[in-house]
Amino acid sequence: MGSIFNAQQIVNGLQLGSIYALIALGYTMVYGIVRLINFAHGDFFMVGAYAAYGAFFLFNAFLGGSGLPMAAVTLIVAMAAGSVVAALTNRFAYKPLRNKPKLSSLITAIGVSMLIEYLFSALPFIGASFRAFPVLIEQKLYKIGTATISNYVVIDLLVAATLMIGLTFLVRKTALGRAMRAVSQDKDAAKLMGIDVERVIGWTFLIGGAFAGAAGLLAGMTYPRIFPYMGILPGLKAFIAAVLGGIGNIPGAMLGAYIMGLAETFASAFNSLLGEGIAFAILILVLLVRPRGLLGEKSADKI
Amino acid sequence: MNSLKTPRLLFAAAGLYVVILVMNLTGLLNDYFLHIINQSLIYVTLTVSLNLINGLTGQFSLGHMGFAAVGAYVSGTITTLLFNVKPTLVNYPIFVLALVIGGLAAALVGVLIGFPSLRLKGDYLAIVTLGFGEIIRTILNNISVVGGPRGLLGIPKFSNFHVVFVVAFVTLVVVRNLAQSSHGRAFLAIRENELAAELVGLNTTRYKVMAFAIGAFFAGVAGGLLGHLLQMAHPTQFGFLGSVLVLIMLYAGGVGSLTGSVIAAFALTFLTETLRMVLDSLSDMTNLPLGDWRMVLYALLLILIMLFRTEGLMGTREAKIVVLKEDQL
Repeated sequence: MGSIFNAQQIVNGLQLGSIYALIALGYTMVYGIVRLINFAHGDFFMVGAYAAYGAFFLFNAFLGGSGLPMAAVTLIVAMAAGSVVAALTNRFAYKPLRNKPKLSSLITAIGVSMLIEYLFSALPFIGASFRAFPVLIEQKLYKIGTATISNYVVIDLLVAATLMIGLTFLVRKTALGRAMRAVSQDKDAAKLMGIDVERVIGWTFLIGGAFAGAAGLLAGMTYPRIFPYMGILPGLKAFIAAVLGGIGNIPGAMLGAYIMGLAETFASAFNSLLGEGIAFAILILVLLVRPRGLLGEKSADKI
Repeated sequence: MNSLKTPRLLFAAAGLYVVILVMNLTGLLNDYFLHIINQSLIYVTLTVSLNLINGLTGQFSLGHMGFAAVGAYVSGTITTLLFNVKPTLVNYPIFVLALVIGGLAAALVGVLIGFPSLRLKGDYLAIVTLGFGEIIRTILNNISVVGGPRGLLGIPKFSNFHVVFVVAFVTLVVVRNLAQSSHGRAFLAIRENELAAELVGLNTTRYKVMAFAIGAFFAGVAGGLLGHLLQMAHPTQFGFLGSVLVLIMLYAGGVGSLTGSVIAAFALTFLTETLRMVLDSLSDMTNLPLGDWRMVLYALLLILIMLFRTEGLMGTREAKIVVLKEDQL
């Protein structure tokens, strides 16, 4: 028997970590700016997967064609769907509660999450049952050393990396990014400096939703089975990854997500019970030992 | 005056008990309705005990059903696997003992969860309690002795109206007496401003752990009752969704109001059953699976409460009979 720490597991862990990273970024950005754990974020991921599913069949029926251009179109649709749902959620559920106690928003977020999940499973043309995700791109396997790498791994890592680099550029170099950083540091001061805080919050939800939507497509493609409740566990784990990295911290979310992906893959290889529980064990450990996370700043407010 | 000393809540409860019993015996209230009343009373126990943690002490817990799961599995294991007793009158002491042990086991878990709450607040605590609830569910899913993912089946039907009613009443009285005693002031002080509470010399650690332990105990007993009513305990039955359902009841009734918890637990359990019947018959007529719309309505209800009436039905007000008079203190 070989060690569980082999190259194949590392590849699988990085692949899973890429998907977690895209979800975790949305959590961490929203938390950084409005100090809200957006419970519904995992459902934006699910909406993205379903949008990609729908888009694939729609385009296939009318235009035909497959392969890379098709995959690119479905990716855009998935990201747009995630954005739209996130923006609507922000506008109708969170915005009216902006100045109420924090817990009200948190409970509303749980409500929104339930609403999206059950609405999807109640709608007759979606339904609660599992659906097989279509093959967007033919899977190819390459053997490198002891590990087998499929082109899906490459795609997952590339899409995640591209989006993360784009986000880093946006946050560091653009006016919107500067405004986002300002709002996350001090909302009131940012308002006094003439920043339209609501507009910044709106953009944050749009970007977070788009990332979750992209993750939905990647997850659908990689683990080809989608259902209305598919967002709950990945959402929770991505959130834990964001906490692990230091919530509100963008590089932290990426780091936390890859650690989470690797930890979960190794733990599952070791024992299935451990695989299911490792995320929560990490969460409790982090909160007890280092509540601000690996890269988080010290703050009295956070704990 | 003597009338001030009468335990009005006890009289009211005894009256209600007799009325329901007589209605059932005369056939005005069939067994199906009695079953729903039993379920409502178990939800009263759950909601009132969550109110102690969440409403009075202000420690936002999302894993209340996790405590109930511990109670259900521990007591179910005792009656089903250990003694394998039939639900006859002679065996009731075993059942009561099993319920208490289940409650104590849940209280122990509650203390364990109470400790992180010493360091965490608000949304972080919510996530940790949610995580604990999921861990409990995962563990239950993987213990084959208690059925694993199939659940613990064939639990004897010990729970009946009498037991369930007494437990709900005792929970209400204990939580009320706690809430309206000097301990209760301490809980409220922690909810309103923890730092200030600590500065006036309250041992906030002790009170927070106490709230978790007592709340978890009653949730564990309620879980045991539920297991012995439905004659099974299933891991998903006690998952996140179950905790959210109790949370909806708490917020619909009004956080901090025990009266509200009781009313909401009854109202929402009956609403659940009514919707189930209506949607099932609609499903039969249209051949469409409409069952999930029930949960859609619940989710909307929760969102609308938070958006338009955050304080719930009762706010922090109590019905007169739930308030202790000066001389009863």
